[in-house]
Amino acid sequence: MSVSIKEHDYIGLSEANMEKQAYEMIYNNKDLNLKATELRLGLPGSESPEREVVVHGGAIKIMMAGAKRGFSDAINGGSRKWAYAGDGGQEVGSVKHSGQETDVSVSPVPALPERKTQVSAKPNRQISSPAPKQQVVGWPPIRSFRKNTMAVSQTKNEEEGDQKMGSGCLYVKVSMDGAPYLRKVDLEIYSCYLDLSSALEKMFSCFTIGQYGSHGVRTREGLSESRLMDLLHGSEYVLTYEDKDGDWMLVGDVPWDMFIASCKRMRIMKSSDAIGLAPRAMEKCRNRTEADNE
Amino acid sequence: MLQVFEARLFELVTGEIGSELVAGRIVMAISFREEVLEHSWYAIEWWCQRRIFIGNCYVVSLAMKIRRFPEVRSVELKWKPHFADFNLVPDGWGGYFYPWICEMARVYPLLEEIKLKRMVVTDECLELISKSFKNFKVLVLSSCEGFSTDGLAAIAANCRHCCMLFASWNLRELDLRESEVEDLSGHWLSHFPDSCTSLQSLNMSCLASEVNFSALQRLIARSPNLKTLRLNRAVPLEKLSTLLHRAPQLVELGTGAYSAEIRPNVYSNLAEAFSRCKELMGLSGFWDVVPSYLPAIYSVCSRLTSLNLSYATIQSPDVTKIVTQCPNLQSLSVLDYIEDAGLHALSLSCKDLRELRVFPSDPFVADANVSLTEQGLVAVSEGCLKLQSVLYFCRQMSNAALTTIAKNRPNLNCFRLCILEPRAPDYLTLEPLDNGFGAIVDHCKQLQRLSLSGLLTDLVFEYIGNRAKKLEMLSIAFAGDSDMGLHHVLSGCDSLRKLEIRDCPFGDKALLDNVSKLETMRSLWMSSCSVSLGACKRLSQKMPRLNVEVIDEQGDLDSRSDNSPVEKLYVYRTVAGPRLDMPSFIRNMDQNPTCRRYSLEKLFSE
Repeated sequence: MSVSIKEHDYIGLSEANMEKQAYEMIYNNKDLNLKATELRLGLPGSESPEREVVVHGGAIKIMMAGAKRGFSDAINGGSRKWAYAGDGGQEVGSVKHSGQETDVSVSPVPALPERKTQVSAKPNRQISSPAPKQQVVGWPPIRSFRKNTMAVSQTKNEEEGDQKMGSGCLYVKVSMDGAPYLRKVDLEIYSCYLDLSSALEKMFSCFTIGQYGSHGVRTREGLSESRLMDLLHGSEYVLTYEDKDGDWMLVGDVPWDMFIASCKRMRIMKSSDAIGLAPRAMEKCRNRTEADNE
Repeated sequence: MLQVFEARLFELVTGEIGSELVAGRIVMAISFREEVLEHSWYAIEWWCQRRIFIGNCYVVSLAMKIRRFPEVRSVELKWKPHFADFNLVPDGWGGYFYPWICEMARVYPLLEEIKLKRMVVTDECLELISKSFKNFKVLVLSSCEGFSTDGLAAIAANCRHCCMLFASWNLRELDLRESEVEDLSGHWLSHFPDSCTSLQSLNMSCLASEVNFSALQRLIARSPNLKTLRLNRAVPLEKLSTLLHRAPQLVELGTGAYSAEIRPNVYSNLAEAFSRCKELMGLSGFWDVVPSYLPAIYSVCSRLTSLNLSYATIQSPDVTKIVTQCPNLQSLSVLDYIEDAGLHALSLSCKDLRELRVFPSDPFVADANVSLTEQGLVAVSEGCLKLQSVLYFCRQMSNAALTTIAKNRPNLNCFRLCILEPRAPDYLTLEPLDNGFGAIVDHCKQLQRLSLSGLLTDLVFEYIGNRAKKLEMLSIAFAGDSDMGLHHVLSGCDSLRKLEIRDCPFGDKALLDNVSKLETMRSLWMSSCSVSLGACKRLSQKMPRLNVEVIDEQGDLDSRSDNSPVEKLYVYRTVAGPRLDMPSFIRNMDQNPTCRRYSLEKLFSE
């Protein structure tokens, strides 16, 4: 009997018991804001690698399993390569992913073994300096804190009136009502609202469509067929953002450049909650233009 | 019999499970247990355990670590994979601290220190911390996220309810290094009560909001033991001298924005304040530098051992002027604005330099904006005889330069080179950089950490596998031709603990031929490689003590064929089975998690 990796349960308490206690403690704690519907524990025999329930910061949230793509395909026109436009993406190690849309925070589809070692000359890319490079997710390996800090520094330098250089990236958080966690997107990657919205739809579609196949677990908040149809056809959700003044605006109401210059974070909210945002956007646009002209 | 178990023996450094040292402890512990029946296992542990360090996520489940150990004083947890720093790990992956703190609050009443790295920490967690431990002293949140300044307010205020019971408040260290904080306001700092006089270290440099300056001033004034103070960008330069006057004992200072209108009295106040700081050895901060104010720090330069100018967008002459005045410098972080000329000057002035980090000022621009090349690093390797640790971003490299560096500095233990362009060849010969990196691993026999870049074939991995016997952490990107590359590394690097790979043509065969190696390592990350879903399943079958997690945000993992490539793979050893908090886009390949978990239970229950 090998003992080297037979890690013992020092505690001697049954592991499942302890976790159960932990979760129950959280679940039962009335002080916490729980959106939980059902607490699923690892009972023998019904174990599945999928977890529908996650403990996250005190609230038990529902994780939707089984993302489907139908939603975004219906809304979106064609496929878009969001960051690998132009020269086939050879230079920065991306591999063509045959027309599939990619989630913005996912690196490209795996490299295929047929790539050869080439003594390559500098790969073709935009030569006009200082052109911003095509961006690969996570490359070069620089932390977000540093990237964002440098981006702010560069903006300050640019106020001297130099030509605008790509400052690299601008990560903003995107939350969606009812989704268990935030996502982050780099606004610098997109050139227009259409790109941004299709990327977000891809990213969040897995939250809007709940699936419970064989596991026999239901949630009270699962979406029904009819609601799914609403999503496909209607605008159940709208995209909003918080600008530098702290106001919440509808995305799309101001020119793109103004948007990325002022967007602090975004929120996908239910249409019903978004009433009243539109008129302020117009006013803002007007005010900003006036300020710029002073 | 209790003497056999020193207090340190039960330090569960789970990253080293496979290594002799810890395995030896565990084996001994188990056999001891079998021998000594009348002493309960728990009694021994109860007596011994003081410090818990868990170096990788989920290796042991929550339940197995948390128990009634009144003695635990310090907990250190590192969670997400390193590549999470570069946005390769999707949000929602895991790493939630909340379940841990709930249990710890219950069973570790004497807890004094919590140090977390790459975890999701919420305001609820911070509140719990603030209320649960009467002796709490140290909180370090490194690259964490999920909390806001409201949570910090709770930490700052925490003894409101207990200051009636205790004479003074205990917080000694609050360090938020590079965490992502939702910055609602600067008011949190004002929550430190007047009775708090114990602060030794405060690092708030990652926060954006302005804090109440007079609250900050008063806090500093009543903290005679304050040694480390890292301000955030919003603290204006004009006010820095006021703070320094109240803390002349500081050993490490991070300034706020280092810019102000040019005013002689501001300058002279600042220079005078710095000159009074006789203990100051480390400087950082320096956002938005106005060069005219730099000479204010000259009086401390001769004492400085650590200088971080990596946010200072100042040009080469200004940087050079500073660093050449720091003969005792051991650690330097700069932007590539320093250029080769500055590095050359550094190599002549700073003979005690141990660590150099050069960051890119404009990484996303194709052509070089500064004159920093491989020559700068060569110069430093020649002049700085004690140089051990290098992180260098540049745009060109050659085999010749790497070989020179290797021969100059065989004492290197950390070499991380990032050539900005993936697969960039030797710019002189247009060949791969295999020989250059080969020289590095050949000469630097103590090398523990290596990051590769540039054009590399399988040959470099053969060199690494054959020569890098002390290598513990290896990072690979856009390199190699085939599976043999990975095979060389897995079969050759005896000390390997962490391996992270992205965008390389490494696939199933190398992985499956080296499964037992994986159990000796802390973790393996592979993204955008050629590993198939089927191979992941087979790996998991062969190695039940590994968690094989497939991350795939495309969805439909369940309907994929076994031949399809996985986006991201994360493998780590565990005794706890699949973790419970995986989001929907992650699958554990373990087919029989239930059975395993319950068999462990059976084995160790009493």
